[in-house]
This record gives sequence, structure tokens and C-alpha cells, in this order.
Amino acid sequence: MDIFLQQIINGLVQGSIYALVALGYTMVYGIMGLINFAHGEVVMIGTLVTITVAGSLIKAGMPVAVAGLAGLMAAVLVCMALGWALERVAYRPLRNAPRLTPLITAIGMSIVLQNLAMMIWGRNYMTFPSLLPKVDFEFAGANFTMIQVIIVLVSAATMGGLLLLVYRTKLGMAMRATAQNPAVASLMGVNINRVIAAAFVIGSALGALAGVMVGTYYEIAHYQMGFMLGLKAFTAAVLGGIGNLAGAMLGGILLGIIEALGAGYIGDLTGGFLGSHYQDIFAFVVLIVVLMFKPSGLFGEKTGDRA
Amino acid sequence: MSANLPEPLLEAKAVAKHFGGVKALRDVSLSINHGEIYGLIGPNGAGKTTFFNCMTGLYVPDGGGFTFAGAPLIADAPDKAAARGIARTFQNIRLFGNMTALENVMVGRHVRTKAGVLGAMFQNPATKAEEAAIRQKAIDLLHYVRIEERADDLARNLSYGDQRRLEIARALATEPKLLCLDEPAAGMNATETEQLRELIDGIRCDGTTILLIEHDVKLVMGLCDRVAVLDYGALVIEDVPAVVQKDQRVIEAYLGA
Amino acid sequence: MNFGRFFRSTVGIGLTAAFLVALPFIAATGGQAWVRILDFAILYVFLALGLNIVVGLAGLLDLGYIAFYAVGAYTWALLASPHFGLHWPIWAILPIAAGLACFAGVLLGSPTLKLRGDYLAIVTLGFGEIVRIFLNNLNAPINVTNGPQGITLIDPVSFGAFKFSGTTQIFGVALSGPQKYYFLLVALAILVIIINIRLQNSRIGRAWQAIREDEIAAKAIGINTRNLKLLAFAMGASFGGVAGGIFSAMQGFVSPESFSLLESIMILAMVVLGGMGHIPGVILGAVLLTVLPEVLRYGVGPLQMAVFGKMLVDPESLRMLVFGLALVLVMRFKPAGLWPSPERQRELQETGK
Repeated sequence: MDIFLQQIINGLVQGSIYALVALGYTMVYGIMGLINFAHGEVVMIGTLVTITVAGSLIKAGMPVAVAGLAGLMAAVLVCMALGWALERVAYRPLRNAPRLTPLITAIGMSIVLQNLAMMIWGRNYMTFPSLLPKVDFEFAGANFTMIQVIIVLVSAATMGGLLLLVYRTKLGMAMRATAQNPAVASLMGVNINRVIAAAFVIGSALGALAGVMVGTYYEIAHYQMGFMLGLKAFTAAVLGGIGNLAGAMLGGILLGIIEALGAGYIGDLTGGFLGSHYQDIFAFVVLIVVLMFKPSGLFGEKTGDRA
Repeated sequence: MSANLPEPLLEAKAVAKHFGGVKALRDVSLSINHGEIYGLIGPNGAGKTTFFNCMTGLYVPDGGGFTFAGAPLIADAPDKAAARGIARTFQNIRLFGNMTALENVMVGRHVRTKAGVLGAMFQNPATKAEEAAIRQKAIDLLHYVRIEERADDLARNLSYGDQRRLEIARALATEPKLLCLDEPAAGMNATETEQLRELIDGIRCDGTTILLIEHDVKLVMGLCDRVAVLDYGALVIEDVPAVVQKDQRVIEAYLGA
Repeated sequence: MNFGRFFRSTVGIGLTAAFLVALPFIAATGGQAWVRILDFAILYVFLALGLNIVVGLAGLLDLGYIAFYAVGAYTWALLASPHFGLHWPIWAILPIAAGLACFAGVLLGSPTLKLRGDYLAIVTLGFGEIVRIFLNNLNAPINVTNGPQGITLIDPVSFGAFKFSGTTQIFGVALSGPQKYYFLLVALAILVIIINIRLQNSRIGRAWQAIREDEIAAKAIGINTRNLKLLAFAMGASFGGVAGGIFSAMQGFVSPESFSLLESIMILAMVVLGGMGHIPGVILGAVLLTVLPEVLRYGVGPLQMAVFGKMLVDPESLRMLVFGLALVLVMRFKPAGLWPSPERQRELQETGK
């Protein structure tokens, strides 16, 4: 029982991070139908920027809290700029290009960012400075830390804020209108370029936040870390129904929990035949199974064929 | 009824379809006879295209069903409907844009031909002969709809009227017993409409039954042997044009009484 | 100039053939490593043309193509190496490799092919990862794949006593192992080119293109889209399986590392970068994307030394950086690929950009 609860908590934390990253994918996809493969690299750069900024400030004698906040701010700003530049330089010229063209561009940008990061930060694993006090709690036989609590709370607050933005502001309405029909939205006076840029910038800011969380949680970072994280987060977005904000959030959390439970129990389930190193498989198996029965994801709109 | 009447080519029995709470079709029953041009008209949103989509297997009806050429039409897959002999065109033309006009018609022969992957790889005589026949038939059909000089152009680069014609040629390539045209005259000028009228009449004279959904009431009344009127998803009347034109309910439906 | 007509003329065929025969000897002057690079270029031509059936013709976005390559590679590795003590002949292994890959394709395709484009992409991507994870971990409790260490000492391709490894004298000419593989691969590539061309201009090929263009219209004219998509998937997978088998034999070694998502993406990039659905374009894409990184590998270091007098940045990362930029730039300025089909090119010119 305590393993179960423990794994649920671990899954919730990991899932919150997936959800934040998944939102970046789903916003861009919902508005312009593009899989922004480079988003995982944006997250990675967020983590590495924080290491540099917070790490050097701490070394310079700043209080940890101040250094951490400065690191977070720096990561968010850098990633927002990066997201904006990505859209402006790489994707905008390709709006009317054949369908696969922007996908290849996204893959190209992903390779570029990864190797730039390797040049700047080197190819070795880096230690993430500890920004939060290490306090443990115990609840019903399961252990969890202050860091875990903060990750879950901050994610929840951020996602709530995003929903408010999308459903309560003019920008949000413009975003929803563009997602429905860009041509009509632009006739109604929506500045499509601004909306798309906003989606990239907001998604990247969320990505930066997620990057800092990953760093704080695992205390380690690497120029290749964005790839698998991005892949899982994208899987979460598809699981929830891509283009759907609430779907990305729930999909992320669901994926985190499934992975954690899967890793905890796979040994028992298969009589020791498969071990916990199969953890990465769950995301994809669950994805395939869900899409077999719900072709548009768990919460995606049914896209009927129209004649 | 009398047994000496030949049974109709297509019979719809109490076909119903709803989307959420909206009843798009309310128990529509009608029948199309062999060799006639049958018109289906009605105001916007009356359910004409929905009826069409149910018949061609794009939608599964919520009630009722179709009998086609003496056997029930299991309308769950459009490719099966096409194999049975129902071909259609689309209201907002759906051609294979990046294929040439000729290729568009050639692909229409798919359902009446057999060659598989192995035949294509080894180019055995049967495959070669079939391929030549497909090409010849496609060329003939392009001539038939009079766009043969555009054969090697990409479908997307054809003019609007030519695209309509190409879509008809592609549908004819499937050797349909029933050809369903969804608003073929939409967006055409008077000359083009007149040419279309001649084409449709010609197709009928060559032995294909035609179901015509159309907004252009003049075209329908002049061309069709019988006309059915849909309003709010229900059948108002099914009769010869002269009777339909004078029917009070039809006038009301159109003028919005 | 019309390249297509040039290649079909007698002179064109003669010159192309002479060039293809001379190429491995020219490359050998730079060392056998270059012949090996050439071998890989042609192997990738083979793979890319297999994927072209799926992506270019049928329009199904497959991001897990490498999984079928892996199935073929491990089939050969397990049936012709000391790992299980089996040493089966090529005529037995290659059909099994193709068949197993085909089976994997059907297994993945049958439940997922009703999915819309991008969903299919992520599912195939996931499938590729699943295969790789299994290859990595199936060393316990029963050692099937030998895990991350991979399988070594794999038999080379051989026909009877004629082995493709080591140097042999043929008609007084000394042929190295890579050079022999080169000719085998060229023969296979020509075969797959012919199959591609024939399929493209066949009843099945037209139906695939129709599905790619407009699935609803394709259904309406009687095309069973589900079966035809499955067929495209299975055919592409079989080609992948054969290529994987040859890869295994050529390398003498396989490990899960060779079948990462990046490899799938590379092959897709070859197809798109060259000119999707256009066979000469796909060939160009495959050759460029295999040779370019290698040229960069050998060129970037010395170039830095020459210009700056020292190594400013790690050549390995600079190489990949340039490669990534090249992908972005080509897509920016040639959105339909470097060598699109003439019809597509014309169409892009007509629409302005």
C-alpha cells in the first residue's frame, strides 16, 4: 500500500513537469498544427541557464533564495526570447509550405540547439545547485519532500493562470479564435502573427519553469536531457488530445502516474521477467493503446469527416 | 403495388440521421428509378448533403436504410458503396490536386481493376494490358467531358468548370449504375451551366441513372424526370417537376412562409 | 536541362554506369573509410526509397521506420553469428528478415492506421522507441539480444565460398571488402529504384497517391484506404528489414545504439529534403545527408586549424550544428525539397514562392 501511495506521489510530481512541457507543445499545435520538436531543447536550455546564473550568484555570495529566483527569471527570459526567435526565424517563413517542411525545420532546430548547448555548457553532466531546503514529510507510510510539494503547487498555480489567460483575456480569445479558423480570425481583426508569437513565448516560459523544476528535482542536467523529456511531454499532449489545454495537463499527470506505477510494479506483474528499466516503455504503450480506442486522445474533440 | 413495374434502382426507407439534438433527416423515404435523372432540392440546411452522405457510406444512418439494385446497401464504408455502383462528386470539389487530370481519372478505375503489387513489380502481360486499358479508358473519359487537352495538367491548376468536369469523369470511371452529383452547377455562369446540362443529359442517355442535388431550381426543373423536395430534414413531396413546381408546400419552403 | 531524359538515353545510362563502377576506386584513393561511407550512402538510398513508399507515395508520416531496420538487422545478427551458434545462409535469412519486418509493420499498422497524420507520427515514433528499449533490455533473464553490448562477430554476406569481407582478386583487380559490398548495394539499390518507379506508375501506386491527396475522395471512388495503407506500411517495412540485414552483415556488429529515433528522423529528413515522392530527389537527399556529415567530420577540424590556427570548438558538435542549420536553410529556401518532381516545382513557381 505504501509503495502504491509513494509511486502516486512520485508520478504526480513527474506528471506536473510533463504537463507544463506538454502545454508548450499543445498550444503551438492547437494554433498552427505544428509539432515543435525543438520545444524539449528550449526546456533543456532553461535548466542550463539556471545552473549558470543561480550557480554563479551563489558562488558570489548571494542568498540562495535570491540566486534561485534570479536563475528562474533568467531562464524564463532566455527561453521566451528563444521561443520568439524560433517562430520568427524558422517557422514563420514556412506557414504555407508543404506539411512536412516545418517538421524537418523543427528537427533541424532541435539539432542546432542541442549542439549549441553542448558548445556552451560542454558534454558532461552538470550539477544543479540546490535552491530549495531539503525537508522530508511522511504521510501514511509514504515519504515526500518539500521540493515535490512545491513542484506540484507551482505547476497547479501556473496552469490555473494559463487557463485564466486563455479563457478570460482578449489575447486568450484571439488564440482560441485562431485555433478554430485562422482565416476567419484574421478577418475579424485578430493579428495572427502576434497570436502565434504569443503561443511560442508563453509555451517557452512554461518550458523554462519546467526546466528549473526538473533541475531542482533531479539535481542534474545535461545537454541531451531535453530530448526524452520533450518526447514524453509530447506523448502526454497527444494522450490528452493535442490542441486541448486541459487535455495536456491531465495527459501529463496521467502519464507521470502511469509511469511511476508501471516502474513500481512491472517486476511483480511479469514475475521478474521485465524490470524497472522498461519504465520508458509505458509512455508509448499507453499512448498506442489509448489511441487505438480513442483516436483523438482522451479529451480531444472528435474530428469527423466532413464532405 | 403492381408487380409489373420494374423495381427502383435505389430505394430509401425511413432514413434518419441526427447530429446531437439536430434532426438532419427525419424518416426520409424515396425511390430512384432506372435511367432517370432524379432531382433532390431544398433550402440550405434541408438535409440534402446529409442524405447523400448516408447513401454513399460517409455517415451511418441512425434509422432506416437503403436498397440498391435489388440488395440492401450496407452503408458503412464509402468504398463499398462505390464498388456496388454508386459514384459521387462533392459540393466543394475534391480532386487529387497534385495528380494530373489523366491520373485522377485513371485512379477512378481502381475499383474495376485488379493488378496488385506483384503485378506492378514484375510487369507481367496481364498487368501491362490492364494498365493500357485503364489509360485508354481514362483518355476516352476526358474526351467525353471535353477536357482532353488538360490531361497532363495538375488537377489543382484546372479552371473551376474544368475541375467540375474532371470530377464527373473520375466518378464515371468507376462505371457507376447511379451517379450522384452534389451541386454541380454551384458557381457556374449561364453558359457553363448550359454545357453542364448537356453533359448530364448525355450521361443519362448513355445509360447511367443520375441523382442531382442542386440549388439552381431552373436547371433541376428543366433536366429532371422527377424531383424530391426536402425541408427541415423531411420529405415534402416527390413527383414530376410540373407538379412539384405548383405545390404550395414547396413554394412555402422556399419563400419561408 | 532535363535530367530525367538524360538518364534514360543510352549515353546517359552508359555514363552513369561507368561512373558507378569507377566510384569505389576513386573513393579508395582517399582510403577504405571513404568506400565505407559510400556503402552507407547507398544503404541509405535503399532505406529512404523504402520509406518513400510510406511517406512520399501514401502520405503516412512514419517516425519509427528505423524499428523495421532494427528487426532486419537483429534477424541477421541472431541467425548468423556465434551468439546462438547459428550460421544460416543469406537466401534463408533475407526473406525471414523481410518477412519479420513486414509482420512488425502490419502489427503496428493494423490498429493505428485510422489515426490522423500527426497522431500516426507519434505512435510510430513510440513504436520505434519500444523496439529499441526491448533490444536494450532483452539480455535477461534469457539473453536474446545481448543488451547494450550488442552482438558481435556477425557473418558477412557470402554466396557459397565467395565472401564479401576481406580482399579478393577478380579478373586481376583487387577488390576490398567495402568495394564488394558497394557493388552488392548498388545492385540492390537499382532493384529498389525499379520497384519504386513501377509501383509509382501502377494501379496501387496511384491509389496511394490518391489517399495522400484526399482520403475521403479516395474512399468515394472505391479505394479501400485501410488495406492500401497497410500495404504501403508493410512494403516499406520489408525494405527496411532487408536493408537492416545487409547492414548487420556489413558491420559485423549490431547494438541498439544504431536504431535511435535520430536515425528514423535522419531517414525521414532524406526523403523530405530531397523532394518527397520524387525518386531522384530522394536519392539525392540520402546521398547528401550521409556524405555531408562525413565531409564535415573530416573538414571542420583542419579548416579551423587553417583559419584560426587552433581548435576553437569541438569539431563533432560543430559538424552536427552545421548539419542542423543545413536542414533549416534548405527547408526555408526550397520548401518542396532540393529536387522536387517537375509538377510540384512548377506548381510552387506558379503560386509565387
